[in-house]
Amino acid sequence: MLEANGLCAGYGAIPVLYGVTLSVKSGEAVGILGHNGMGKTTLLRTLIGALPATAGTIRFNHDDVTALAPHARAKRGMAYVPQGREIFPTLSAYDNLRLGLVKTGRKPEAAIDALLEDFPRLRPLLDRAGGALSGGEQQLLALARALAGEPSMLLLDEPTEGIQPSIIEEIAETLVSLREKRDLTIVLVEQNLDFIAAVSQRVLVIRRGRIGDEIPREHLADLDKVSEYTGVHA
Amino acid sequence: MPVNANRTIPVADALSRFSRSWKSAALALAVGSIMLIVLPRVLDDFALVQATVYAVMAILALSLGFVWGFGGILCFGQSAFFGLGAYTYAIAVTNMGDSTVPFMLAIVLPAAFAAVLGYLIFYGRLSDVYMGVITLTVTLILFNLVNSTAGPEWKIGSAALGGFNGIPNIAPLNTPGNIDDVISPRGLFELSLAALLGVYFLLRVLLAFKMGRVIVASKENEQRLLLLGYDSRVYKLLTFVLGAAIAGLSGCLFANWGAFTSPTVFGLAQSAQIIIWVIVGGPGTLVGPVIGCVAIQWLTTQIGTQQTINSNLVLGAILVVFVLMVPKGIVPSLGELGMKLVGAARRTRRSADDTRNVAQDDTHSASREEAA
Amino acid sequence: MTQPLLETRKLNVRFGGVHATRDIDFTLAEAELRCVIGPNGAGKSTFFKLLTGQVKPTSGEILFRGKDITAMQPHEPARLGIGIKTQVPSLFNGLSVWDNVWLAARRVNTPMQTERVTREVLERVGLLSHRDAITGLLAHGERQWVELAVVIAADPPLILLDEPAAGMSDAEVARTADLILEINRRHALVVVEHDMSFIRRIAKKVTVLHQGAIIREDTPERIMSDPFIQQIYLGKKPH
Repeated sequence: MLEANGLCAGYGAIPVLYGVTLSVKSGEAVGILGHNGMGKTTLLRTLIGALPATAGTIRFNHDDVTALAPHARAKRGMAYVPQGREIFPTLSAYDNLRLGLVKTGRKPEAAIDALLEDFPRLRPLLDRAGGALSGGEQQLLALARALAGEPSMLLLDEPTEGIQPSIIEEIAETLVSLREKRDLTIVLVEQNLDFIAAVSQRVLVIRRGRIGDEIPREHLADLDKVSEYTGVHA
Repeated sequence: MPVNANRTIPVADALSRFSRSWKSAALALAVGSIMLIVLPRVLDDFALVQATVYAVMAILALSLGFVWGFGGILCFGQSAFFGLGAYTYAIAVTNMGDSTVPFMLAIVLPAAFAAVLGYLIFYGRLSDVYMGVITLTVTLILFNLVNSTAGPEWKIGSAALGGFNGIPNIAPLNTPGNIDDVISPRGLFELSLAALLGVYFLLRVLLAFKMGRVIVASKENEQRLLLLGYDSRVYKLLTFVLGAAIAGLSGCLFANWGAFTSPTVFGLAQSAQIIIWVIVGGPGTLVGPVIGCVAIQWLTTQIGTQQTINSNLVLGAILVVFVLMVPKGIVPSLGELGMKLVGAARRTRRSADDTRNVAQDDTHSASREEAA
Repeated sequence: MTQPLLETRKLNVRFGGVHATRDIDFTLAEAELRCVIGPNGAGKSTFFKLLTGQVKPTSGEILFRGKDITAMQPHEPARLGIGIKTQVPSLFNGLSVWDNVWLAARRVNTPMQTERVTREVLERVGLLSHRDAITGLLAHGERQWVELAVVIAADPPLILLDEPAAGMSDAEVARTADLILEINRRHALVVVEHDMSFIRRIAKKVTVLHQGAIIREDTPERIMSDPFIQQIYLGKKPH
């Protein structure tokens, strides 16, 4: 479903990705682990097109999307939940969700109702302005909004940040069931080992702008082992 | 703390570092000093008079460049302070004869006016939008006020305000204490350019120390500044008042230049022009507004000599083009171009030397160098 | 009985139809380290904003070392000695890391001292190598550390940290915990977090907020074995 080859990207004169090669099958959930500054957010932003690739290619569903603008990639079924949520603060939670629906052309009431089945915690918050929600509530809203567009692939940048432990469990369950129900492909950047282990089938490491080894599942629970993969600290 | 030093650290590019260092200030002052010495010797009186108004308006441009580009205060009313400076000088010198006190008043009065206005805006915690609207309105009010003072009953002391006719025959600056020793055109040019360099130097020094750094931080993130215990209102007020004082100085020199002042100094067109100078020249720099001002003034003069195109139309077009295509303004864009050329020259030199494959670590250090 | 560093009495705030803070009576001693936990939307960040003066309460009082700070201007609680790392890092993004910390230190130090203090704080947090980095271009977790450095630099007796471990790998979280314990030797801290292993590492006392009110204050172990708290907040997995 997703194939990145030799992807390079950066900010101005500062390169961050040095030739990322990544392959994700349809319906697969891949987790990406890595320290700060290794390029996790940069990778996702390059995949969705918010950051231009300076070299390399991205293929989505066999089409070359490297030069496409983000909205074109979104139309083809890519969805992105950024770190920092990026909720529209002056719009109500309901309107935020409606915006997510726009490209599907579906009627909002029915579609949002169905969406809220997976996100019941958002029901009492629908009328509140996005900016008035707490950080964790905004995170849930951002996730729901991305799913509202019925994407075939979800790019998640630290979706558990700021979320209370019980809801983290719920989100993990929701993502796993969505993947199975809708054959959703997931690329997940996370720091929470339990979450990434629960949701992903494969966990890769990003290190100094390159995708490195896969961490075997049995090592995920061992902090020291994981540190070896992600890199020894300076 | 495990911070990964093995990756490329995103530092400011060389151009930013240069423009913040004392080197760029020294360069600007050197260039200015050379012009101060050379130009009066090579230019005839007519050209010198042209150059004088460029310098005078450049001071005005600097005032907004500082207040807006560094302080983040979009003041639509710099021309209000400019006009107050011009009128204060004109009225005071007509009444007093000797120009020393009028000169000082021309700087102090706009500053005092700004202090009151600024207090109401900043301590009333009005939002940025209101700053723009209120300053614009003040300019309009002053224009209309002064414009309607045409009758002979409108006078301050012995100075008639003249309404839309303005105040003619303004006595020029004289050496303090000696009324008959008035300034010559060459002297006015030297004074104006020296004042421009002086203001530039003052602002550079200010920006290098605590007050300047706090002002810049206030524009970046006022909330964080407050959370660090700084009263942002005080700093914004000081910025606003200083900007007004500089504009007042410019107004005083302008009144000297034309020996005349009229309500157009308060006009909307004047206010808009200052903003265009700053945008075109490069907000966020001090040299930018100066260059922008001179370039546009020169262009306007050239266009004014022919009748086919309306100069305002051209100005508007320039503004649109710059905002869309050269958003950083002339000076930063030229600077970036220069850096690119230097970088390209360096790269061709380096690849000619390096024939072996660059190892991973070398890539990192090379890219960090490039970022530096 | 010594005077508490921080005390709130019947603190209430309502906005947009939400009773975000209900009758909060909160007390903190000098150099105490307290963790505040609670479900999303419980009012944790709002509570912090009340303490720093960013939000004004509808009723109630806030006392800092006995002084009523409830009605103060936004910059005054900071001057008295309250520093905060906000949930979403609030920094001078266009400025370098050094400049950010410098500004924080400069208010309470002479120019010469400021240079020294800035360097020391950056070394302590491990960011000296990043001193020239443009803050807005750093990774999220790195910016958390920059903000930590900024807060420490002004040396306030009370430091509020809103989710200091967010966006960090487990190893980085461990180091942050160590840093917090070290800071706690001379400063009081109130830390909002969701990472229970992190909390257990640093806190002796935890305050639980739920729907704007304090429902429980106890040791981490007892809080985590409370079935109600497990239901509304902790979830099924052991922490």
